[in-house]
Amino acid sequence: MIEEKFDAIVIGAGMAGNAAAYTMASRGLDVLQLERGEYPGSKNVQGAILYADMLEALIPNFREEAPLERHLIEQRFWMVTDRSHTGMHYRSDDFNEEKANRYTIIRSQFDRWFSREVQAKGAIVISETTVTELVSDAYGKVIGVRTDRRGGTIFADVVVIAEGVNGLLGSRAGLRPAPKPEHVALAVKEMHFLPRETIEARFNLHGDEGVVIEAAGTISKGMTGMGFIYTNKESVSVGMGCLVADFAETGETPYGLLETFKAHPSVAPLLEGSEVKEYAAHLIPEGGYNTIPQLFGDGWVVVGDAAQLNNAIHREGSNLAMTSGRLAGEAIFQVKSRRDPMTKQNLALYKKFLDASFVMKDLKKYKDMPKLLHTQSHNFFLTYPTLVAKAMDNFLRVDGAPKLDKEKASIRAFVKERTLRGLFGDALRLARAWR
Amino acid sequence: MSDTPPPAPTQSRAGAKKELPEHFRAYKHVWVFVELERGAVHPVSWELLGAGRKLADKLGVELAGVVLGAPGDATRAALAEAFCYGADLAYLIEDPILADYRNEPYAKALTQLVNAHKPEILLLGATTLGRDLAGSVATSLLTGLTADCTELAVDADGSLAATRPTFGGSLLCTIYTLNYRPQMATVRPRVMLTPSRDEKREGRIVPFAVDLDEDKIITKIIKFIPDRESSKTNLAFADVVVAGGLGLQSAENFQLIRNLAAALGAEFGGSRPLTQKGWIGADRQIGQTGKTIRPKLYIAAGISGAVQHRVGVEGADCIVAINTDKNAPIFDFAHIGIVTDAIRLLPALTEAFCKRLSPHHRDRLAG
Amino acid sequence: MKILVCIKQVPDSAQIRVHPVTNTIMRQGVPTIINPYDLFSLEEALRLRDRFGGEVSVLTMGPPMAAESLRKALAIGADRAILLTDRFFAGSDTLATTYALAQAIRKVERDYGAQDIVFAGKQTIDGDTAQVGPGIAKRLDLLQLTYVAKIEACDPEKREIVVERRAEGGVQVLATRLPCLITMLEGANEVRRGAIDDSLRAARAEIVTWSAKDAEIEDISKCGLRGSPTIVKKVFAPTPRSERAAFVEPATSGGDSAEAVIGAIFARQPSLEEDMAKLARGF
Ligand SMILES: Cc1cc2nc3c(=O)[nH]c(=O)nc-3n(C[C@H](O)[C@H](O)[C@H](O)COP(=O)(O)OP(=O)(O)OC[C@H]3O[C@@H](n4cnc5c(N)ncnc54)[C@H](O)[C@@H]3O)c2cc1C
Ligand SMILES: Cc1cc2nc3c(=O)[nH]c(=O)nc-3n(C[C@H](O)[C@H](O)[C@H](O)COP(=O)(O)OP(=O)(O)OC[C@H]3O[C@@H](n4cnc5c(N)ncnc54)[C@H](O)[C@@H]3O)c2cc1C
Ligand SMILES: Nc1ncnc2c1ncn2[C@@H]1O[C@H](COP(=O)(O)O)[C@@H](O)[C@H]1O
Repeated sequence: MIEEKFDAIVIGAGMAGNAAAYTMASRGLDVLQLERGEYPGSKNVQGAILYADMLEALIPNFREEAPLERHLIEQRFWMVTDRSHTGMHYRSDDFNEEKANRYTIIRSQFDRWFSREVQAKGAIVISETTVTELVSDAYGKVIGVRTDRRGGTIFADVVVIAEGVNGLLGSRAGLRPAPKPEHVALAVKEMHFLPRETIEARFNLHGDEGVVIEAAGTISKGMTGMGFIYTNKESVSVGMGCLVADFAETGETPYGLLETFKAHPSVAPLLEGSEVKEYAAHLIPEGGYNTIPQLFGDGWVVVGDAAQLNNAIHREGSNLAMTSGRLAGEAIFQVKSRRDPMTKQNLALYKKFLDASFVMKDLKKYKDMPKLLHTQSHNFFLTYPTLVAKAMDNFLRVDGAPKLDKEKASIRAFVKERTLRGLFGDALRLARAWR
Repeated sequence: MSDTPPPAPTQSRAGAKKELPEHFRAYKHVWVFVELERGAVHPVSWELLGAGRKLADKLGVELAGVVLGAPGDATRAALAEAFCYGADLAYLIEDPILADYRNEPYAKALTQLVNAHKPEILLLGATTLGRDLAGSVATSLLTGLTADCTELAVDADGSLAATRPTFGGSLLCTIYTLNYRPQMATVRPRVMLTPSRDEKREGRIVPFAVDLDEDKIITKIIKFIPDRESSKTNLAFADVVVAGGLGLQSAENFQLIRNLAAALGAEFGGSRPLTQKGWIGADRQIGQTGKTIRPKLYIAAGISGAVQHRVGVEGADCIVAINTDKNAPIFDFAHIGIVTDAIRLLPALTEAFCKRLSPHHRDRLAG
Repeated sequence: MKILVCIKQVPDSAQIRVHPVTNTIMRQGVPTIINPYDLFSLEEALRLRDRFGGEVSVLTMGPPMAAESLRKALAIGADRAILLTDRFFAGSDTLATTYALAQAIRKVERDYGAQDIVFAGKQTIDGDTAQVGPGIAKRLDLLQLTYVAKIEACDPEKREIVVERRAEGGVQVLATRLPCLITMLEGANEVRRGAIDDSLRAARAEIVTWSAKDAEIEDISKCGLRGSPTIVKKVFAPTPRSERAAFVEPATSGGDSAEAVIGAIFARQPSLEEDMAKLARGF
């Protein structure tokens, strides 16, 4: 066997891995990317919303070629009880701009396209190959990988770990701790196929316009989590995600929750008559800033979900993944072009780039949010939605009762359920976490 | 070379309906290839004679059976049967070389016969033999061949409309061979109804001579191993298949499936998880990544009916599902369903089948 | 030995959907794969090469995208990949396909030497005709062995090959001469996973890409739509089976339930009883 050595090996062909491989390959580095799925994207699940700016930083003209579904012009937030939803919708024609900011995508298609771009830049991409082990030298420096295929070690100056949230390589190699159940959410998702015209009529859309619905409330049975509906061209992605720790505690099943969500009276009519084609489950890292592990070391860096770089509050993940991948690639290129070795000290440049970017700034901002939502999940996901729904019902139902009585009843209900102190406390905590 | 077909017509654009070229006007009548192998006629041939009869009547032409075989009783019997099932005449090519099917002599003989007697429609069974032969003959004749049809009809203008499934059965399409003759099609077994047999029907026999020389035929048959003697599974070709899924809960319980299959003289198989768990061999997996089966009877016990399983069994004439979950997807495509514990029902089913099918019971019924 | 394998890139049928309004195949997002039946032929070709030495070429006719499947075949272990791609080939039926492929195989023989065996898949999962293999054999005047379950013996020196061929009701053991065309039966072998070196080699390999002109196919009128005698006039969705299974009420005793099920079967399919009685007695 000929011994193969690359400038860099990238493990995983998700958003983070592709961004890293693309950056390095387009700078002329000799890159090998390994993906365990049948093809890049085949294993990747995402709602999915693509944030254009971060991709634009890599591939400025992506809008002309990438398989994009719909650009988003409307966002609906729903607070739901078993029989109702209270909504806030924001829709603006300004989102119908030439270079739209957010698109829905289908990851299996998008990742495949992205991977073709990576290959066009000269990286070698091999699918259906799982990296089983990071290989280190006597000093603990990572020098290559081993795979589940016949053949020995493949060597590289640096290994970019972009294996996603449930990747075990990093933790197995002792480079980072395995994520804890309370720091990861389990999301399940289905693709519901409907004719284009039906989707456009049901969601009030023209052409390629799209809408996102995010719903929280009693559907998660008191657990920290939410449901989502994203419109694609000829399908609707419907999903539900909750913290893994909560599932363990409550004994609820992800699929059971999704069924409840789909059967919700506000949701069912949107999906009626659709053909379900695909069911998938995937983890989302939600631990936030406080759970970010060591990001670099001798001969390695870790990017994307594998590094817990995920903003649960804004449901952003792929953009952080892409940005961290790009910055890691950038850093590696700079070290390489100075002809410096890929030591921990030199690769600290990646962290420096990351700290200066929106990635770390955003994650820092919300650093207390995950914990708050988790410990207060009963209030945020059961009590408040029910109270709000009661208040709305009171407000809207015309039944001859004096309006003043109705209002008082609503306030009484709030206070009774949560005590005045509790209410203020929650508001305060929420505001602090948000700041 | 005697196989050379007449020159093909020039066609400027496909789909543009054109006058049939002059030299194809002589092509008349509907032919059915009677598949005679090792002394027995494949039943699909009779089904095709039934379908061919309707086409011939609509066109006002004759229906011919085509029988190739070694001189002897079996070949003669096949001819007589062809008439009973509706043929007006039968072309007969008799030669010891044709005793067993081999592509070379069969393709040569059939091609020469077509060029000499010019049918407008030629139908074959979509069997291993029919598919092997049809592809060669159609290519020699440079004409169109529509495979695996599920429906045959004649259009107002007299052309053959052959309908077949595509994309794994998700769609059907109707295909024409407009400007070439013959119009060839193969049809899956058990798609067409077997016509009623009329003992008294007779017809003309038209012998046809082909110069076949064993010395010039390269492929030799060393032996034939009938399925009964081979240890290989015959799952794909079995008439009755019994299968189990994860609902059986243990490898031990799978024995219940084996027992029922043994009692019925049937083949057994299972869903993919069972192969993965090693309860059954990989050659017994049924479905998209396993075997496609089209038995007359399929009994599925403790199988949920996932789409990957469904595509492998949908062709069965009668699907019986046993499942504890009344909402299991298998009930969406099974013909007969029972919501009950398979582990309890299977032994009872084995016993009841034995009783019902035993000669004793049947004699009593008859007597 | 020099061996050529014809492969086709097909949409993964399990993931195909039909547009409910327009009745067209929704290919968008449907992953493409190497026709699964072709893999058994590829594996058999690789085994022969491993045994006797030589090289395995894979050939496909299809859109430029089909190069992906060729690369996969290289990663499994093939030595050379050839893509035949040209707009002239669009809309080919099986007759036109066999013309183009046969011409391309002639060109392969001119460029890379005579081939001892040409393999094709038993059938495709999209076209599903099982005609292309026999058609190629006829056009190239190759002896034809379809539905091969096993290659029993092969002697490239003596130019002899013995195979087990699946026939109706049994297995034929056939002896013939090289060169020949073989289509393998599914399950005839277990398809290998290539080594990591194969993957690297595949990723770097140059895929030989031929237009009709490059392949020296002169008679374009025999290609594509123009060269296709069959015409697809209508595509439509099958009427879905509206009714669910007819349910048999389970009785209190297993025996009664069993009899009810058997009764329902034979009521639906009267001719089955006779057939099954014979089968049960071992005929
Ligand atoms: C249901 C759901 C909805 C979401 N919605 C959104 C959204 O709307 N917008 C958004 O921005 N983000 C969203 N996210 C988050 C987003 O999907 C992730 O943050 C993003 O995919 C992370 O990219 P990544 O490259 O780090 O990981 P991944 O995309 O998970 O990629 C990891 C890759 O590595 C491969 N791999 C793993 N281990 C190995 C190994 N040992 N050898 C070889 N390959 C390996 C995997 O097969 C995979 O392809 C959502 C997530 C989920 C689950
Ligand atoms: C790419 C791919 C290819 C695949 N190919 C195939 C294939 O070729 N063939 C195949 O079969 N699958 C295939 N599968 C797997 C397929 O998706 C299903 O997972 C599989 O068919 C399920 O097997 P099952 O019905 O035995 O198990 P389950 O889905 O677990 O179903 C068990 C059923 O048994 C019922 N049950 C439980 N207890 C009892 C009882 N006591 N009595 C009666 N019923 C009971 C349950 O209600 C349930 O419906 C494939 C999957 C993929 C992704
Ligand atoms: N476009 C093509 N390119 C290469 N080989 C093909 C092509 N179409 C069909 N074949 C081969 O012919 C076999 C039978 O195809 P089909 O007749 O379509 O069922 C396939 O399994 C392939 O090996």
